[in-house]
Amino acid sequence: MEILWAVILVMMLTIFIVMDGADFGAGIIHLFFAKTEKDKKSIINAIGPFWDGNEVWLIAGGGVLFLAFPTLYASSFSGFYLPLIMVLWLLIFRGIGLELRNLVDNNIWKTIWDKAFGISSLLLALFFGAALGNVVRGVNLGGIENGIAKYESIYFFTPLWNENFSPLNIHQGVLDWFTVIIGVIAIVALSIQGATWIIFKTNSDLNSQLKNLIKKLAISLIFLTLLSILAWFYVKPNALDNYFEHLVLWIFPLGSVIGIIGLIRIKSYKQDYTGFIFSTLFIVSSFASTAVALFPVLLPSTNDVNPALTVYNAAASEYSLNVGIVWWIISFVLVIGYFYFVHRIFKGKLDDLDYH
Amino acid sequence: MEDALLYDRLQFAFTITFHYIFPQLTMGLSFLIVLMKGIYLKKGDEKYNKAAKFWSKIFAVNFVMGVVTGIPLEFQFGTNWAKFSELTGNVIGQTLAMEGMFAFFLESTFLGLFLFGEKLIGKKLHFLSALMLFIGTQASGLFIIATHSWMQHPVGYEILANGKFVLNNFADLFLNPWLWPSYFHNQAASMVTATFVVSGIGAFYLLDGKHLEFGKLFIKIGIITGSISIVLLIFPFGDLLAKQVAKNQPITLVAMEGLFETTEGAPMVLIGQPNMNERKIDNAIEVPYVLSFLTYNRWNAEIKGLNDYDEDLWPTNVPALYYAYHMMVGLGTIFISIMLLSAFLLWKKRLYEQKWMMWILMFAIPFPYIANIAGWYVSEFGRQPWLVYNLLRTSDGISPSVSTGNTLFTLLGFVGLYFLLGVLFLLLVGKVINKGPDQINSQKLETL
Repeated sequence: MEILWAVILVMMLTIFIVMDGADFGAGIIHLFFAKTEKDKKSIINAIGPFWDGNEVWLIAGGGVLFLAFPTLYASSFSGFYLPLIMVLWLLIFRGIGLELRNLVDNNIWKTIWDKAFGISSLLLALFFGAALGNVVRGVNLGGIENGIAKYESIYFFTPLWNENFSPLNIHQGVLDWFTVIIGVIAIVALSIQGATWIIFKTNSDLNSQLKNLIKKLAISLIFLTLLSILAWFYVKPNALDNYFEHLVLWIFPLGSVIGIIGLIRIKSYKQDYTGFIFSTLFIVSSFASTAVALFPVLLPSTNDVNPALTVYNAAASEYSLNVGIVWWIISFVLVIGYFYFVHRIFKGKLDDLDYH
Repeated sequence: MEDALLYDRLQFAFTITFHYIFPQLTMGLSFLIVLMKGIYLKKGDEKYNKAAKFWSKIFAVNFVMGVVTGIPLEFQFGTNWAKFSELTGNVIGQTLAMEGMFAFFLESTFLGLFLFGEKLIGKKLHFLSALMLFIGTQASGLFIIATHSWMQHPVGYEILANGKFVLNNFADLFLNPWLWPSYFHNQAASMVTATFVVSGIGAFYLLDGKHLEFGKLFIKIGIITGSISIVLLIFPFGDLLAKQVAKNQPITLVAMEGLFETTEGAPMVLIGQPNMNERKIDNAIEVPYVLSFLTYNRWNAEIKGLNDYDEDLWPTNVPALYYAYHMMVGLGTIFISIMLLSAFLLWKKRLYEQKWMMWILMFAIPFPYIANIAGWYVSEFGRQPWLVYNLLRTSDGISPSVSTGNTLFTLLGFVGLYFLLGVLFLLLVGKVINKGPDQINSQKLETL
């Protein structure tokens, strides 16, 4: 049952990254490439009806984490205190930027909220990538220093960075060169995701420019991903143990490879949704590749004193997990229904929508 | 560590107080919008549709504010109250996760549909969206109050050797005797806020001499639904909730009432200041026997005063609790007078001409907000010094690894950010109100 909940949690987070990732990416594209009011309107229309619902996957994912793995929730939310609160502030800026920009007809007002929306999207992509990097790298559970524990075994505290920006330092920072690499990958991958979504949902003048951009970004993503894998080996020499034990798991990295090849060929597709499918394939496969490499660990420990938090030792009681699954399935079916409904109503190109 | 506890509490209190400005309006207002849309569907009177559209705009701004200020609350369970989350996550993880899965998805989906409007989805679907939004806001409130009720009156759990609370009966979370009185008391209170806002804006239009037709309509809808809500709020729901407090948290009840000495035929204090040094109420104006009667339905019943309880078990801040309670009750009494008098004048068809009443209705707008928040303070101050009543102390719930400086930094950050949000909110709502319902194109929501 713990494993099922871990799969549910990873699935909900994956849906969040795929769906709201496209919204973050659209924000980044909006920041750097949208010049005319018409382009801006197209981009905002492409995500307008959906972003709020997409963001709920993060909130509901947080709820499910609390339900299924309360120990991990308590440990990670307090340990990553500063970056999480900053993410909250950015989410607030981004939300009000999107919703308030059109409520006052004034150019400076619009410019301010456009920038708020774009910059917070960029920083959120960086932070979410760095968060994944932190989970892969692990933390000093218990705050062990010279053999002395500062906290109980499941607690830790990670400042924003440390003095030499290194992941191998005993005082880990949220941002070090390893997690920043993952953060940059997140920015690039989500920019691609956003660009393919814009191509799918609009007839914007930007679309042909975006296809060129996607190709360039996809090529740089290959190098960045290879770099991150080398860095991962450097930080965690046994990173691929699960892959050597279970060869079937190679299907996930294979998915990433197919996804990225598909993205490089973006200009040859007749259908506007094809790029989005390949980009989604890349993101889902890469996220799943990381998750199965870690399994059953949820948050690695970087010291020898306290064990990592795993699917087993961080889970809620059996009764909670069993009773939770019943209502969760009901609610999930409803949620799929809502999403189907909204995407059917807002199907096709959305350039001419009047987003309030 | 004392400071850390203080800043953790201040941050939660500040962020949840600011947050609760918004949902208390949207939970009630969504019902009124459903009502207006329903009348429009039935009668086909375009006026009701325009009225619904006007309030939808105000609803939308409030709702967005409620969403963005709500997210930090769910996160703070983990960031600032990690020990509490670790120990009780097996129980309250259920209700909080249910809120996300059942309420948030519903609300976000149908808000989008509702705001894009009738042109896109048709009359009936638009009504359905409004209805679903209403259900979503009510569900959200229910799951939160179920969580809150478990902290006030824990049920369906056992405590393991390592101190963790483990759920052993899921149904008990929703059969909690504390839950339903709290829930209906709170929902009625949010209706009171919404009805005072709707009738108050109507009164503003009448006084201003603009949008007269809509002004009268808003007053009429607000007064009729408001009168019903305020009566239900007090009896039966407020009374039932007070009986829960008397039964399960007797110390809280006497601290609320400011009763220090154990008394037979205890009086109810109307006004007076608690003097903690001498343990009495200064300048008290009291009604004899009433407290005994309201608590036990007997005029001479003995009520055990604070002095006869161990001081370690007293609510942490007795004067704050006392004042919050008296503000809530005092304002509630004023509200019921305003509403019933207005309803009487409405029935006599003399309401709209009474300028003084219009001024009262307009200036009444902020007070239900104060009463609602005071009401929440009563239940929160009343539960202190406990997080889980009688079982887990607040000081044992904070995050062990988050230092005082970090909490102070984020608290100040929230204060600054929410100040900005508050200014934006007033600006935007002010624009909608100033423009008025006449100007609204009922086919779509255009820019203001």
